[in-house]
Amino acid sequence: MYAFDYQKPKSLAEAAAALSRGGDPKLLAGGQSLIAAMKLRLAAPSDLIDLGAITELTGIKAEAAGITIGAMTRHAEVARSRDVQARIPALASLAGAIGDRMVRNMGTLGGSLAHNDPVADYPAAVLGLGATVNTNKRSIAADDFFKGMFETALQAGEIIVSVTFPVPKRAAYIKFKNPASRYAIVGVMAAETGSGVRVAVTGAASSVFRVPEMEKALASNWSADAIAGISVPAGKLNSDMHASAEYRSHLVTVMARRAVEAAK
Amino acid sequence: MKISMTVNGKFVSAEVDARTLLVAFIRDSLRLTGTHVGCDTGQCGACTIHMNGQAVKSCNILALQAEGADILTIEGLANADGTLHPMQEAFRQHHGLQCGFCTPGMVMSAVDLVRNHPNPSEETIRAELDGNLCRCTGYHNIVKAVKAAAANM
Repeated sequence: MYAFDYQKPKSLAEAAAALSRGGDPKLLAGGQSLIAAMKLRLAAPSDLIDLGAITELTGIKAEAAGITIGAMTRHAEVARSRDVQARIPALASLAGAIGDRMVRNMGTLGGSLAHNDPVADYPAAVLGLGATVNTNKRSIAADDFFKGMFETALQAGEIIVSVTFPVPKRAAYIKFKNPASRYAIVGVMAAETGSGVRVAVTGAASSVFRVPEMEKALASNWSADAIAGISVPAGKLNSDMHASAEYRSHLVTVMARRAVEAAK
Repeated sequence: MKISMTVNGKFVSAEVDARTLLVAFIRDSLRLTGTHVGCDTGQCGACTIHMNGQAVKSCNILALQAEGADILTIEGLANADGTLHPMQEAFRQHHGLQCGFCTPGMVMSAVDLVRNHPNPSEETIRAELDGNLCRCTGYHNIVKAVKAAAANM
């Protein structure tokens, strides 16, 4: 690891100030991706700003609009939350299948979204459920948040504070796991939300994406058969040692059908 | 930078380089070498300890992140009089280890597992231990040990 200056601010304002002080700072949430990257020298921030002491970033609040989850809430907390299990079970189960137990005890919602790993699970939840990302500067709709591989709409100095998930009528997330890393080779969140059907796919491309053709078919007929003949062209999908683009294309339809079945 | 925390019930404090990983602090500064470094990339779970009651991988956490935390390592699991924790006893009785390298992490992870799933099925045990890799045993006796320990915890 390259050397860095470390700070642990006690408030959001202090963290934002630390971010704007110049250099090449990085926010540290659960560290499950960042510390690993720094160990490999793939990341070398000049300053590490640990968000672990900022209590206003934690917590799960059930409200009329939906469930608002603090950015520093650990995956394990989301998975065992009675509120999330009752109102958005697909989200609880997605959080409960991220990585492994130890990762889930440290990893955070905000950290996962800000990192936007192409094979992470939470982006599919946010895009698939039509959630809103609340930062210290504004609120960003899911459709506007994910820009590309490891790239989001977050600007310099912007910190995710919470994410508001509207409660869907029905939803399910099915993931085809890489058996070693437990990341998604393909993961699909299918949801009938208050504002229409959403199908979000992670793991398959450079960033999470929706499948409008599947959404349209499901809007008139929520069944696996309705989307059996719909596939995403392999051309835009990832090809790597784990799966070819063609196999990923095949998996998208299979996982989407399973998600639709599971969400009935 | 100065850090302090409680490790196995004892208050400790030290001066560390900011880059010091929690596993290095535990092994090198505190000389508690029961926690092992297996892969160093956060995948094998041999470095698993408890931080504030939760199982975490200490090779993927900075010592600084554990400031003020309550840390439990494998050395702190047995009773004060030296008798083994039910999980350790079950691993012994059911031959849940061969070379023993993954074992401290496996045991710490399993204790956390049972705390969260007091009566785990074999399926649950196998799923919940997927962050701990073992090259020797094929997991069969590990699962038996965890099932047996759960009944005694």
